[in-house]
Amino acid sequence: MSTIAMPTPDEAIIARKSEIVAALAAALPAETIVSDPEETRAYECDALTAYRCPPLAVVLPRTTEEVATAMRICHGLRVPVIPRGAGTSLAGGALPTADSVVIGTMRLREFLEIDTANRYIRVQTGVTNLSVSAELESEGFFYAPDPSSQLACTIAGNIGMNSGGAHCLKYGVTANNLLGVRMVLATGEIVELGGPLLGASGLDILSLICGSEGQLAIVTEATLRIVPKPEGARPMLIGFDSAETAGECVARIIRSGVLPVAIEYMDDVCLRAVEAFSKAGYPDCPAVLIVEVEGSDQEIADQIERIRAVAAELHPIEFRCSRNADESQAIWKGRKSAFGAMGRLGDYLCLDGTVPVSKLPYALKRIGELSKKAGLEVANVFHAGDGNMHPLILFNANRPGDLERAEALGNDILRLCVDLGGCLSGEHGVGVEKRDLMPTQFAPDDMAIQMEIKGAFDRAWLLNPAKVFPLEASRPHREGAATCS
Amino acid sequence: MLLKTCDGGNASNFTAPGDESELAAFVEESYARRRALHIAGGGTRVRWAEVGGDFLLTARGLGGIVTYEPGELTLIARAGTPVEEIEQTLAAQGQALAFEPMDHRLLLGSSGTPTIGGVVSANVCGPRRVQAGACRDYILGVRFVDGKGRIIKNGGRVMKNVTGLNLGRLLCGSYGTLGILSEVALKTLPMAESQQTLAFGGVSAAEAVELFSAALRTPFEVSGAAFRGATAWLRVEGFSRQVEYRRERLITLFRDRKIDIYGEEESRSLWRGLRDLHHFAGTSDAVWRIFVKPTDAPAVVAALQALGGDASLDWGGGLIWYCGSGDAVSVRKAAEGGQATLVRGGALPASPIFPPEPKGIAYLSAALRKTFDPAGIFNPGLVDG
Repeated sequence: MSTIAMPTPDEAIIARKSEIVAALAAALPAETIVSDPEETRAYECDALTAYRCPPLAVVLPRTTEEVATAMRICHGLRVPVIPRGAGTSLAGGALPTADSVVIGTMRLREFLEIDTANRYIRVQTGVTNLSVSAELESEGFFYAPDPSSQLACTIAGNIGMNSGGAHCLKYGVTANNLLGVRMVLATGEIVELGGPLLGASGLDILSLICGSEGQLAIVTEATLRIVPKPEGARPMLIGFDSAETAGECVARIIRSGVLPVAIEYMDDVCLRAVEAFSKAGYPDCPAVLIVEVEGSDQEIADQIERIRAVAAELHPIEFRCSRNADESQAIWKGRKSAFGAMGRLGDYLCLDGTVPVSKLPYALKRIGELSKKAGLEVANVFHAGDGNMHPLILFNANRPGDLERAEALGNDILRLCVDLGGCLSGEHGVGVEKRDLMPTQFAPDDMAIQMEIKGAFDRAWLLNPAKVFPLEASRPHREGAATCS
Repeated sequence: MLLKTCDGGNASNFTAPGDESELAAFVEESYARRRALHIAGGGTRVRWAEVGGDFLLTARGLGGIVTYEPGELTLIARAGTPVEEIEQTLAAQGQALAFEPMDHRLLLGSSGTPTIGGVVSANVCGPRRVQAGACRDYILGVRFVDGKGRIIKNGGRVMKNVTGLNLGRLLCGSYGTLGILSEVALKTLPMAESQQTLAFGGVSAAEAVELFSAALRTPFEVSGAAFRGATAWLRVEGFSRQVEYRRERLITLFRDRKIDIYGEEESRSLWRGLRDLHHFAGTSDAVWRIFVKPTDAPAVVAALQALGGDASLDWGGGLIWYCGSGDAVSVRKAAEGGQATLVRGGALPASPIFPPEPKGIAYLSAALRKTFDPAGIFNPGLVDG
């Protein structure tokens, strides 16, 4: 029923399951291995739940060395490995195949070092994103990238996908906050890159690892940049009578020289769902921006005044500025519960395309037209400051053909993003979800060099092999590698 | 190896293609003939003698800003565009390159014009790196020619993009050894409306680093933390009222110390000098750039000074500039735990520019170089070094 194909699993590998599990069991503690089909089912998908397939086995190591052991064994037996963080990927980055072993990082949960004088924290990568900031709370620091799934998602997955979040307009994405890693290559070799230094000679391999979707290595430890907490932060809510005006306001705020920490956008479909769900007290209007600024009380007041002046030129329907912590919470409450609220309306596909900020109004208009043509409702809630859109396509998974129609609409919207000078994915990654659209963004040579790099790290093409690149394009690499020694 | 300066623009073995396809054709031909190339931008930084190559190939013929959208914080420029042209264009809209790229000319006594392609290739940044990040943090996309002559594009013009591998950041700081850039897309930022500097006189390197660590853990967005002689400086930037507020808060934090305040102009001029190492210009000894953990800096500085010469600090202690007569082996030993790169050879005998890579990383670097440049024709002297 689904439209995304996965390679035919290698029956010869499946037939060797007991041999593979025995090899793992001989080298690793029993409690790190899951091979009972009832239990491996828990790892059959990530947050892209339309696609499922239980793996051959799952390994949940507690140390880098155990990851290396598992990788070395799988490499020796030529078994594909699917790295997995918390399994919150919306792009199917952790989707297994029947002939694969999942290596999960969720038990790598140690905080290794906090160094506030040199401004970094070193962690094992199975710790959750939010727990890193919690660990730093008493020191007055925090870890800046804040994906919506931050309560559940882990640093390993954040590095794999180069995750962003609402506040990256000011603080950057994972790549801007990652100083070093300890990682395991497909062969089982352990390599360390970077560290607490602010610069490095040699090639910036760390930047290649960040966002490589588990195709180059499994990252087991990370050194992260930590940032002092601001004195305060305050959001404001600005309502407009059209998506175009809201989009224009975003560009004007940025041009005015104020750099808010976040500029979030919600359209009327989303606003109504959110209002019904969380009673955040949002106005009923076609488009709302949530803009947050930081600093001391005076700094905040000054920035709000500048933004108010910019917005006033565009005659907003509503300009509501938080006056206290409760009001701030109310403004953010709806935005933060947007995905949950949308979930109550039915099934949805969450897209992640990015467009240049100046193209936001046009992109929103075209998405409306495409939605009408497809007969499927689309809600828009996204990070407007950096043009990272999250159109949510509503559909009914129980109605035959609906998922396919939703996927087709999603593909049209992502093509639109690329046509407007943007990209397929701003922060969720390509995974399997956008894999087959890669040729719309990349010419053959652009994609070829990326696959060659994958091959330079993983000659046998065993790490997450069926992701990111269209199967047809990666086939020669995968099949060539399978026969190489 | 030909011993020439990069500025030998009239030499017959100098090529500056006028467009990207010409550039690609020249590399393709060089690949077929296994002709080694010295890749350069404006020629203000690297000496041909150290880099090697039969031909000097520069992208400085590819000039011009392609797009600039202040409301998107995005600028796209061809690789040969002078940095100055970009900075002026941005300044006219109240924006800037936040990573504050250093100009090497005075330090190296070189002429020529720094290009944006050169800045990106060497990941050149300045004092604001400590707060705003390095050049690599501002790369949105690139177009380049690889070692086979293929034109490759990667990334784009949007601020968030995780589609495929990020080659722009990989090329940033690769010194032309993976490809020759033809175009770069950069994130710009609003230029601070105002700035001031707090100067702390009579401090040691150890006291300076303590000051820096204390200041950089405040929420006042200290955007410069440098030390030279016996003075430590902290820079605060922002809207005028914000700068005053931040200055006052820092004065309160360091109320036990005597602090001089530099106003707008004095502050700008100070940081320009620190950025471009005016204090080591006109000297003849070798100059080293050493990355260390800030709290290690005082001990490393002491070890370097014992070799003769002087050292200054930037990036809150994370960057040591050493100018002195210490030989390469001794300097790298003094900088143990850090990474020392030779920026100006001075009177030193030929020495490796970069520190050796650990074995596991060296293997990956070699595999990557082979992928991008299978015939090893780009800046061969840098790779071997």
